[in-house]
Amino acid sequence: MARHSSAYQRGAASPPWGRRPAAPRGPVDGAAPAGPAALDPAPRDPTALDPTPLDLAPPSYPEVAATPPGRSDPWGVPGANGAAPAGGPAAVDPLGAPEQVGPGEAVPDSAVVIQGTGVSKRFVSYHNRATSLKERFVRRGGPAGDDFWALRDVDVTIGRGQTVGLAGANGSGKSTLLKVLAGILRPTSGQVSVQGRIASLLELGAGFNGELSGRDNVYLNASLLGLSKREIDRLFDSIVDFSELRHKIDDDVKHYSSGQYVRLGFAVAVHVDPDVLLVDEVLAVGDEAFQRKCLAKIAEFRAQGRTILFVTHSLDLIESMCDRILVLESGSLIYDGNPAVGTKLLRQKLGSLPAEGPVSWEYATVRPQSVAFSLDPGGLPMVQYDPGERLTVSVELDVTEGAPEQIYLHTYIVGQSEVPIWMMETPPGGLAVGPGRHIVDFSIPHLPELLGAFAVKVHVSDATTGAPVTTRRFEELFGVSGPQADGLLKVDYEARLRG
Amino acid sequence: MSHLADAPLPAGTPTAPSPHPAGPGPGQHAMDPSRLARRSRAQTRVRWELLRNLIRKDLKVKYKGSTLGFAWSLANPMLLLVVYTFVFQIVLKSGIPRFGIYLMSGLLIWNAFSGSVSSACGSVVANANLVKKVRFPLAVLPLSAVGFAAVHFLLQLLVLFVVILILGYNLIGADLLLLVPAGAVAITFTVALSLLVSALNVRYRDTSHLLDVALLAWFWLNPMVYAFGLIQNRLHEWTWVYLLNPMAVVVITFQRAIYDPGGGSTGSTPVQADPGYTFYLEHLAVAGAISVVLLWVGFHVFRTMQADFAEDL
Ligand SMILES: Nc1ncnc2c1ncn2[C@@H]1O[C@H](COP(=O)(O)OP(=O)(O)OP(=O)(O)O)[C@@H](O)[C@H]1O
Ligand SMILES: [Mg+2]
Repeated sequence: MARHSSAYQRGAASPPWGRRPAAPRGPVDGAAPAGPAALDPAPRDPTALDPTPLDLAPPSYPEVAATPPGRSDPWGVPGANGAAPAGGPAAVDPLGAPEQVGPGEAVPDSAVVIQGTGVSKRFVSYHNRATSLKERFVRRGGPAGDDFWALRDVDVTIGRGQTVGLAGANGSGKSTLLKVLAGILRPTSGQVSVQGRIASLLELGAGFNGELSGRDNVYLNASLLGLSKREIDRLFDSIVDFSELRHKIDDDVKHYSSGQYVRLGFAVAVHVDPDVLLVDEVLAVGDEAFQRKCLAKIAEFRAQGRTILFVTHSLDLIESMCDRILVLESGSLIYDGNPAVGTKLLRQKLGSLPAEGPVSWEYATVRPQSVAFSLDPGGLPMVQYDPGERLTVSVELDVTEGAPEQIYLHTYIVGQSEVPIWMMETPPGGLAVGPGRHIVDFSIPHLPELLGAFAVKVHVSDATTGAPVTTRRFEELFGVSGPQADGLLKVDYEARLRG
Repeated sequence: MSHLADAPLPAGTPTAPSPHPAGPGPGQHAMDPSRLARRSRAQTRVRWELLRNLIRKDLKVKYKGSTLGFAWSLANPMLLLVVYTFVFQIVLKSGIPRFGIYLMSGLLIWNAFSGSVSSACGSVVANANLVKKVRFPLAVLPLSAVGFAAVHFLLQLLVLFVVILILGYNLIGADLLLLVPAGAVAITFTVALSLLVSALNVRYRDTSHLLDVALLAWFWLNPMVYAFGLIQNRLHEWTWVYLLNPMAVVVITFQRAIYDPGGGSTGSTPVQADPGYTFYLEHLAVAGAISVVLLWVGFHVFRTMQADFAEDL
């Protein structure tokens, strides 16, 4: 299967689980990051201020570049607005660039579809805000405070054709980020630009009007997304078939079950030929058959090179469907890169990785204190390795009074879902240790052709009796990466067309 | 002029959504940057087609499966005509000849205005679910409320014309051309105010209550149930203050265009402001200027506040 977007994995490969990956993330295949000039192919006519309602083309103001971030098109929906990114000297084309951009000219970087720079979102507490005209004029400006930052300085660049999973704990800001990118919420600061038609399914549901029938809602919704009546007519049957709601299509949607509601919403969203699909945790209410259908559709979109960003709490889904994961924690982007690594990180954060053995290691007589990775024993710590490279796993043990004289160490290298990849043990007979600190080095001359992020799990047992002493699974990870995109193993193969 | 004309979706191009892709592969979904930008814009700009669809939808919701309901909404003003004629002409003896026609020629446009503004006021709040979930040009919400009222108005006006012609009164003439500038001012003013209140009402929910009260009072600031002459007699050289209200100018112009007092006009209080046209055109120009300024304010306020609609709802 063709994979057309793996370069960012390489980009992020340096320290794949760094809190803030250093390199600017995202641009696919080394494409130049989109500068401001890369964003606006739209012709803007500064004289287009025509206040009569009859010309409904929105007026474009020359001062657009000075408007608050993310709200550059005066009539644009707040926030995401591919047509007119704010800021940047090139945001307003002084020449009123013609619609046709010749291939030789500086064309927008079509590889970047979603770009958010320094996106922050503050929710103003309701107590601090006038909610009536009366209050507005009677009680001016209350005490500030109690504001809540749902997003803090988030940078995202999503290239064309990427399928990106957005994960994080409840309240970490996933839905908020999606709404900001969808142009529904205005970022408090930072800039957002999205190229192309966005179809979104945000927070359990589509934008439906309960008083209307399913049929009318399909027309309404598709029409809002920019389709003409003729186009909708053409797609209508396909939408209804996809949702499997033909018998219900003329009922009011307020009488739909939540699954039916989402079915119809998803069907519309995927049929309007979106360039960007934003999905927020909606698949959960669909039954299994429908979930399969949705996933198949997402896979199809992925193959077609559309851009998909979806929020889900199903980390397995992210691992299987996404090219990339974004992990949010309290509004900050803490990881951007390989799904396998990101989900692992998140699982650790959420405490869903299996914890320690028989005796909690803190109270054991032999305590595995830390683990370190380096090329050679005692070398500089390193986290990123290439297949075939040397690796030394050093386990530091704190041995107290009352510990067995001879101990035995099993060290597991564990991969995804705690699958043990290989095991290394101390020589038969065990190690003789006295009270104090000891370091056990496991040296691997050639790392296997494995790809992914791995953790270490140490079992300590009494070498004479075989009784387990303690177990500790370390949070630290090391990564092995190669040039190919996916999978656990690097296998030599050849692909040839026959016949 | 539909902006969709800019963004045709020729069937058969690789970008056309196909339910059964022949063979998924990269590049099926073409990404011409200028096309993407066009599609972005189609999602953020007010388009006629979208507006039309919304108005059609509103009509559909309002008259869900009842043609009778629709007919009733047209007949309603005519019934009022009968009642008011009875009350004002026979019981109260207002002294305005053909009172019903006089009333209707001003009342229809006022009703269109006040109906537009008050339903536009709640339009964003009423569509909270859409505003919070779909990216679309939010201004279509108040605008479609105006469009909805405009459709009703035009049909009611047609009915009024038919009634006038059936009654054998004078209607067809150069006067009718006054409807064009008056209609333009009315639309501008209505859209301006609709944008303004719809935006304000999202954050300041008492806007709609204040508006209701204001409209109730405002009704009496227009010479619909009384003769404009009455105002001229009271205010003399200060009449212009009264005419700063664009709706008053629109109303008297509509009356000048549609209403024919007939020969039996009773002496003391002239029912109409002026027998000529220039008086109306001059005042329409002022009212138009006021409306355009207000429209600019309305646009500006809406534009500024719309970014926070989803958050305030
Ligand atoms: N309109 C709002 N006003 C005030 N605070 C808000 C608003 N919307 C969201 N928040 C707060 O912002 C934070 C992030 O919310 P968000 O909905 O983005 O979380 P999430 O990551 O989607 O969580 P979940 O997994 O539960 O869906 C939450 O603490 C929430 O309370
Ligand atoms: Mg959420």
